[in-house]
Amino acid sequence: MTFLLAAEDLAVTPNEVVEATSGLVGLAWLIPVVPLVGFLLVLALTKTLRESAAFIAVGAAAISFLLSVGVATQILGDPATYIRPIGTFIQAGEFSVAWDLYIDQLTTVMLLVVTGVGLLVHVYSLGYMHGDARYERFFAYLNLFLFSMLVLVLGSDLVTLFVGWELVGLSSYLLIGFWFEKAEYASAAKKAFITNRVGDVSFMVAMFLAFSVFGSLAFTDVLPAAGELSSGVALALVLLLLGGAAAKSAQIPLFVWLPDAMAGPTPVSALIHAATMVTAGVYLTVRMSPVLVQSVPGMEVIAWIGIGTVLLGALIALRQDDIKKILAYSTVSQLGYMFVGVGVGAFREGIFHLVTHAFFKGLLFLAAGSVMHAMANRSDAWGMGGLRKAMPITFWTSAIGWLAISGVFPFAGFFSKDQILTEAYNHGYFAIWLLGLLGAVLTAFYMSRWFFLIFLGERRFADDVHPHESPASMTAPLIVLAALSLFGGLLNFEHSGWLYTFLAPAVADIGPIGYEAAGGIPLFGLIGAAVVAGLLGIGLAYLTYVRGDLSRGRMLEPIRGVPAEVLERKFYVDDLYSLVFTRIGGRFAGAMVWVDTRIVDGLVNGAGAASLAFGRVTRRAQTGLVRGYVASFLLGALVLVGFVLYSVR
Amino acid sequence: MSIGPITLTLALPLLGALVLAFVADDPRVVRIVGLAASVAAFVASLVLLVDFDVANSSMQLHETMSWIPAIGASFSLAVDGVSLVLILLTTFLVPLILVASYGSVTVSLKGYVAAFLALETAVLGVFAATDLLLFAVFFEFTLVPMYFIIGIWGGANRRYAAVKFFLYTTLGGLLMLVGILYLYSQTGTFDYEAIRALELGTTEQHWLFAAFLLAFAIKVPIFPVHTWLPDAHTEAPTGGSVFLAAVLLKMGTFGLLRYALPLFPDATRAWAPWLLGIAVIGILYGSLVALMQSDIKRLIAYSSVAHMGFVVLGTFALNTTATTASVVQMINHGLSTGALFLLIGFLYERRHTRQIAAFGGLAKRVPVMAGFWLLVSMSSLALPGLNGFVGEFPILLGTFQTAPWAGVLAAFGAVLAALYLLWAYQRMFHGPLVGADNEHTTDLKPREIGVLVPIVVLIVAIGLYPKPLFDLVEPSVERVLTEVGVDAPAVEPAAAQTDQ
Repeated sequence: MTFLLAAEDLAVTPNEVVEATSGLVGLAWLIPVVPLVGFLLVLALTKTLRESAAFIAVGAAAISFLLSVGVATQILGDPATYIRPIGTFIQAGEFSVAWDLYIDQLTTVMLLVVTGVGLLVHVYSLGYMHGDARYERFFAYLNLFLFSMLVLVLGSDLVTLFVGWELVGLSSYLLIGFWFEKAEYASAAKKAFITNRVGDVSFMVAMFLAFSVFGSLAFTDVLPAAGELSSGVALALVLLLLGGAAAKSAQIPLFVWLPDAMAGPTPVSALIHAATMVTAGVYLTVRMSPVLVQSVPGMEVIAWIGIGTVLLGALIALRQDDIKKILAYSTVSQLGYMFVGVGVGAFREGIFHLVTHAFFKGLLFLAAGSVMHAMANRSDAWGMGGLRKAMPITFWTSAIGWLAISGVFPFAGFFSKDQILTEAYNHGYFAIWLLGLLGAVLTAFYMSRWFFLIFLGERRFADDVHPHESPASMTAPLIVLAALSLFGGLLNFEHSGWLYTFLAPAVADIGPIGYEAAGGIPLFGLIGAAVVAGLLGIGLAYLTYVRGDLSRGRMLEPIRGVPAEVLERKFYVDDLYSLVFTRIGGRFAGAMVWVDTRIVDGLVNGAGAASLAFGRVTRRAQTGLVRGYVASFLLGALVLVGFVLYSVR
Repeated sequence: MSIGPITLTLALPLLGALVLAFVADDPRVVRIVGLAASVAAFVASLVLLVDFDVANSSMQLHETMSWIPAIGASFSLAVDGVSLVLILLTTFLVPLILVASYGSVTVSLKGYVAAFLALETAVLGVFAATDLLLFAVFFEFTLVPMYFIIGIWGGANRRYAAVKFFLYTTLGGLLMLVGILYLYSQTGTFDYEAIRALELGTTEQHWLFAAFLLAFAIKVPIFPVHTWLPDAHTEAPTGGSVFLAAVLLKMGTFGLLRYALPLFPDATRAWAPWLLGIAVIGILYGSLVALMQSDIKRLIAYSSVAHMGFVVLGTFALNTTATTASVVQMINHGLSTGALFLLIGFLYERRHTRQIAAFGGLAKRVPVMAGFWLLVSMSSLALPGLNGFVGEFPILLGTFQTAPWAGVLAAFGAVLAALYLLWAYQRMFHGPLVGADNEHTTDLKPREIGVLVPIVVLIVAIGLYPKPLFDLVEPSVERVLTEVGVDAPAVEPAAAQTDQ
């Protein structure tokens, strides 16, 4: 095999922008509309069809997937940026937004991931959600999510992207709070929505600024003109976009909502909070890559936020015991790698990792769901063990997911993570490369811990739990995702591989930035380091959790005492926010209420008491000037109001 | 002299009120008469919409009758895009409000319906008048039926709320009347176009602007003259709250756009930065105070202070995008806040409490109501795809172009709106279903769903395709902004747009 590194200034012909109403691209509007119709139909027909209504949702997802495949074939055969005109959305003064669709190579990749994983999760849910009191409602919401996410990736304008961006937030809110009877689940749903809204302010201001510079927010206007940005405006735009992306993609400092979002049913965690929605921030930044490359300092901030999140997520994951929480922090961490990719100018490698992560993390979450299904909804990894025998399919598919995320050759995650790190090194970011390797060791360690504690060793759960393999509707998606996690690396087997070349016309050219490698380590050395990092993490976890004495329970954990406390409290970020926003913010809002009742309203009521004295003074104000009368009118009327209010109280 | 669809739209509700005076006090008859009159007015306003020329930015469809010729006051009505959409909002909502009230108003329904119909005529007059004296009369007259609606059919503390409402708004109205009389003294006519063409000195403009501003600011209400609103809302019966929020508040923002801006352009430009600041304070302050309310009706009342802050922000951004969107936002606020007050009313009829703490876990018991509540809350917090977004977003974007600081600060209102609305929703509808009262709450009845559905349809329709609404409004807004933008308004006595 050859791991060739392409010369990055290789000239790439940019896409031609083509308006298309015919062919499969012409039908692309159906891709989001079909799940929307599915959503409405399921809601309307729940009472009539009962559980069968779920098949409407599954069918809608399947149609969207097939249409996406069709669009992909057209893009493959005839690469271009297709604009599918739909019509005006908002037209107010100079500000104009259309509902048009924007379909290029990047869109295509996102379409396939969203509808592909989406379809698998729909199928999986048929089994997983069976017996739930709001079974049909769940499928309606899944279709609503699919619609929203597809609007997000198909929008031809930052505003329509934002429409999808917010609607996925709504779907996420509905699905995290699906079991709203539990107060903490409802809180988690609200927390997700509010945290994302904080990021939205940043995103919105980015759009306001972009509009004042470009006079439009359509990609076809903004992206080609990005080169005209001054460095200051470019930096501001990049940081503001990052603010929005950091909320949606759970980066520092707005990651706090994602682990709580695990309150939602597990298929939701797989689809929304691992494979698709949380990657929207990555999609946004890559879509805006022509703007990003105008500000290398801005990109460096993205890279550092990313690597910080890689380590923060990985460290917290070390001391989580809930099998879904481990995966949640892992997702935070893996999204960090994608941001590193974007930040160091490896846009396409970032998208590659987005794709492979959708495969293996979707797989791992669905496997976790399968395990919890078998374990009567228990999720404590320490209360499992030895499940490999009871659930062989879940075991083998999980093993593939585990090796993929740990970066073991030749599983999918190895290629994408390695390529991001290699690019970081080749673009001169030595520290980020080194920290990324550290992150890889940690990743392999906590994921091995996850895998070993669940499947290997002896059973550590009570006798009344009888684990069993899940039904075919659940194991089939596991097998498909396992195959993708196994072979997904082929998409971009070598640096500058197929996906890299395919995406080239859709992302910014980083040639003009003039990156230089951080040192003289040859490519094989870099790859070797990544391989060693993964194996090191697995080896350490093996010694601890397989060879170690598991009867010692949590005493076995290598991190104990104060550091463990810090990790279990998630670096106190949640506590800090709750202090600042709930306690101090609450006091401030309380003070505002006091001001409103005592001062603003109090003045009106209190005026009554002084009205008589007021009256004597105002009598002298007959100056004959209109403005004098106006003033006395005001005064007199105020007095009157106050007096009457005082007396009727 | 001409009588056309505008006069008809105005006259029909009043006619209904008069008919009520002569029919028996039978609830069935009263209901039919009320509904017939308000639906007829709605149909008449649709005729208006059909006759309206969208491309024309000036006042059109003039209808004039002699009124008090001795002082040059005439009964003249006309519409532009802004007044037309507000008229449509009013005539659309009144039948729904009446139907919603039919279940809850038991004490003298006849008086209630008559008061509402009279109120409708007065408000329509405010939106359609092109004679300043006529405008002032309608503006003041709206107080009378509303005073009775709060004072007779209101809650426990209705007397205080009604008096406070009456005095507060009268105060503003009287000042404006002084301003109108001064304008009359300068022109010898109350005709809107003639006065609009009048060139005023800067000092005069500042004083007159202040007088008009106070009248309208109290109506909107703009911080810090908003404190009558929570009391009035909380004590008013459901229909009163809906009408107050959806329509009466719009008289303030309508007045600013129709009178304060074009009549006093120099003053408008000078005051605009201050008003942007006050609007931003209103948005953030109203949201924070809303957050802390324990009474759901008071919470929504304060949310109105915040939402109307967005309208004021857009108005004084003096930018076509923002100002046009602020008119659209008037409609949006009318729909979403109106629907929220309807829902609160429906819930109150079942539970006789508005304390958020009394509710919990209701989504399990009343899923249909919960669904409507969430959808309308999402509209109110400006979720894209629903109507609130297409108003709020262009307001912020447009404001950012003229005053970036105001656009950025106001954007934080989006976070706070999500916070107070979703927190309230969570406390009332999520969590475990506890207590017999929550356990026995019944879901919406077909009549109630029937009232909500037309509003929700508009919420979604405007959210997805707001273009027709923007198209109706924009030319009229452009005309106002052109006048404000001109340094010295051209002197054209007896303006080209005479009505006679």
